[in-house]
Amino acid sequence: MKVVLKELTKRFANRTKGQPDVIAVNHFNIELPDGKLIGLLGPSGCGKSTALNLISGLEIPTEGQVFFEEDDVTKLPAEHRGVGLVFQNYALYPHLTVRQNIAFPLGNLKGDQKLPKEEVERRVEEAARLVQIDQLMDRKPSEMSGGQQQRVAIARALVKQPKILLLDEPLSNLDARLRLQTREELRRIQRETGITTVFVTHDQEEAMSISDLIIVMKEGVIQQVDEPQKVYTDPVNLFVAKFLGTPEINVFRGTVRNGQLFLGEESVLDVPGVEDREVYVGIRPEGFILSETGRFTMDLKRVEEMGRDTSVIAAHPAAEKPTVRAIISSENEVDRTKETVKFDIKPFRTYLFDIETEERIPFGG
Amino acid sequence: MKKNNLKAWLYLLPAILFLGAFMVYPLIDVFVYSFEEGYNSAAQTSFGVGAYNYRYVLHDPYFLQAVKNTFILVIITVPLSTGISLLIALGLSSIKPLRNLFQTVYFLPYVTNTLAVGLVFMILFKKTDYTDGMINLLIQTFGGKSVDFIEGPYWAKMFVLSFYTIWIVMPFKILILTSALASVNEEYYKAARVDGTSKSRIFFKITLPMISPMIFYLVITGFIGAFKAYSDAVALFGTNLNAAGMNTIVGYIYDMLYGNSGGYPSYASAAAIILFSIVLTITVINLMISRKSLRS
Amino acid sequence: MNQNRFDKIEKRAVRRKIVSRTVTYFLLTLWALMVLFPFYWMILTSVKSYGSYNAEYIPKFYTPAPTLENYRSAFTAVPLARYFLNTIIFTLATTGLMMIVIIPAAFAFSRLEFRGKNLVFTLFLSLMMIPNELVIITNFQTITNLGMRNTYLGLILPSVTSVFYIYLLKENFEQIPNELYKAAKVDGTSDFKYLLRVMLPISRPTIVTIIILKVIECWNSYVWPRLITDDEMYYLVSNGIQEIRENGFGRENVPAMMAAVVVISLPLIIIFLIFHKKIMAGVSRGGTKG
Repeated sequence: MKVVLKELTKRFANRTKGQPDVIAVNHFNIELPDGKLIGLLGPSGCGKSTALNLISGLEIPTEGQVFFEEDDVTKLPAEHRGVGLVFQNYALYPHLTVRQNIAFPLGNLKGDQKLPKEEVERRVEEAARLVQIDQLMDRKPSEMSGGQQQRVAIARALVKQPKILLLDEPLSNLDARLRLQTREELRRIQRETGITTVFVTHDQEEAMSISDLIIVMKEGVIQQVDEPQKVYTDPVNLFVAKFLGTPEINVFRGTVRNGQLFLGEESVLDVPGVEDREVYVGIRPEGFILSETGRFTMDLKRVEEMGRDTSVIAAHPAAEKPTVRAIISSENEVDRTKETVKFDIKPFRTYLFDIETEERIPFGG
Repeated sequence: MKKNNLKAWLYLLPAILFLGAFMVYPLIDVFVYSFEEGYNSAAQTSFGVGAYNYRYVLHDPYFLQAVKNTFILVIITVPLSTGISLLIALGLSSIKPLRNLFQTVYFLPYVTNTLAVGLVFMILFKKTDYTDGMINLLIQTFGGKSVDFIEGPYWAKMFVLSFYTIWIVMPFKILILTSALASVNEEYYKAARVDGTSKSRIFFKITLPMISPMIFYLVITGFIGAFKAYSDAVALFGTNLNAAGMNTIVGYIYDMLYGNSGGYPSYASAAAIILFSIVLTITVINLMISRKSLRS
Repeated sequence: MNQNRFDKIEKRAVRRKIVSRTVTYFLLTLWALMVLFPFYWMILTSVKSYGSYNAEYIPKFYTPAPTLENYRSAFTAVPLARYFLNTIIFTLATTGLMMIVIIPAAFAFSRLEFRGKNLVFTLFLSLMMIPNELVIITNFQTITNLGMRNTYLGLILPSVTSVFYIYLLKENFEQIPNELYKAAKVDGTSDFKYLLRVMLPISRPTIVTIIILKVIECWNSYVWPRLITDDEMYYLVSNGIQEIRENGFGRENVPAMMAAVVVISLPLIIIFLIFHKKIMAGVSRGGTKG
């Protein structure tokens, strides 16, 4: 099912009295396409969970509208929206067994929607098989691992065959190894069911690895909506560029003069079509090419060998941070005896941003 | 180490002295008394050892009346006060504005003097030559017949006693249940709402099982407390509870000990041990039921 | 087509919410009135004059001419001030003595190591189950035989013990990190000094809670004082009010009785209004009535 958010806004009264309201979600305009896995990505406290709650109906927006297909559901109570929701802490009922937990939503159906007993059992079994916990049906949540509880929570959300599935930080309570495994699982379940799925995360790697579409949020405002790779290679502003990618992008303050980008006194890159101005420059770690004749000179601090790759840790006065990280193939030899190191930089891994608005400045070439 | 031992006992000494003199010794002594036949505190003599005191007490019509009164009081007040306080706690936790004010007001009876406020209740319910009293006027406006709740028929006296007992015990129960409800994780309710669960199903399938340990706790302490009812009855009907026919088991014990019919610590001890056995039995039954239903 | 259905559901949900809110507030207000009404009634009656009260066959909900006359007679016709003084002495002495007894005991259980600690503590805990009714008989005999009827000492001594508060305080002491104790030991601080200078200040909230709860208990205690005093000069307020009810004022002077009731209820209500958060938190942590 397609979900459309129009001018969606949620304000909360500030906890400290006298302070202005907190705008958790600020004029969202977005269409969530049918059948896709959508990652809602942003740092903690940016309003992602609130956005999710507005879709589920647990929160009522201050302004704006929520549409399911063509229907305006803005004021429809959560009870009637038929969404599946998985909580960060799973919210499994501790006094019920796995089977009872999964069957719980079906017990809510009334009137002619009410299902016969066999049908309930069949659906519960089906959902349990889908998430591969059909062996543990008579356990209590407290007798299961975090990953298993997570699966039960997903099964419980899926059993009523929701038109949209919402997951709030689904992987954050799992350990690193389980997280990798479970996110693949999530992808598989979404593919198999074809349910439009929105999941909230602060982990950019998680969002990048399984989403069809990523929404990047900051302080209640949507920054960018794009395919995962595009968000990385084509960030619309400095925030998105910084938020995505590990290791983090290197940021410098530079100047554009006569179509050339200056970092410090050196002209490091040709940027045709950009008028003379001050800029922020973002260079991805993999955007450096080691070269004896490179245009960009930095102070060499140390070299970290990491098998396939080599990290060159350098410093530059124009950089925002004390160290700059460049990742190059380990086939390159870095002369560690020298005090400086020279690079060329790849134009398609280098981004210019306005100093005021931090918006991206395109350049040809 | 040895020095430390001595010091520790020194720290404990005052507590041990007090507890020994006023709890442990009396605890043993009460059994002794209860088997000393016909002990009279004035003469300090007894004429034998045996179960005579128990037989006497169990055949004393005043004691039987007290047992009957106490049981009726327990059966009425424990379920009613627990049920009503659960309703109020649910109401409290569903609202935001005025919640603190309500909570504070509801707790007020806890800090009031049972005897003092009991007097107010008596005035409200009593029918005298000068006035029918507040409550009777209320009954009359709704077309009922006025009745003297303090010196009238048995059911009326039992009603006002139950009413006052409930009024007194409610603050504690409301407080405990409100905090029990507050401790249930909000996410369970959210999950249930998203799944379209009706209010009543949320209550019976989620809320109730989750706070059931606290409810059992309240029922158990409620039983124990109600079996020990006494001051509320004194407040309403005066110290001569036997004459009013409203005595309780605890009242009977004190009357045996002191007052017009007093001076019989042996009978009092026997009655106290009978009361303790009743309370113990009921508590054990309660615990067994709660264990069983909490496990399933 | 769905939209129509949704609109209906929305309207019904809004309607339901309004109805349930209204019902909830109505019922909560109803109970609040039931709680407050006796207090209102006692204050109202206490300012009605004796004459006008007895002239009202149908009691009025207000009085045109409030009077403080009843408060004067409450203090002059019966020794209310004496009851008050007795209760204050009893409450302060009992609470103070209890703190002196329970603090070292809780300290010993929480911080000191000694042989038989667990056994003694278990014995202490099992004493919590013993109902007062079971031991009061012998205590009555003991105090009577010691000739301490109608004395402050006879009132106070058996009321001092409280296993529950030792337990509560011990639990609180145990939450203080042991490192503090070790650090103090290294600095050469004696146990007693450590208890006084470190543990008590840290545990202040719990101690205040215990004191308040004990004060409430003392102020309202009725049974023991009734057994042990028959001389009016040693009555506490509870016994005083019962005495007033049965013999006081020579005649059925309800307004004066109510004035006395107001006077003896007031101190605790004031304490409650000041400390209501503390008191409620303390009680929900395990207090019981009486």
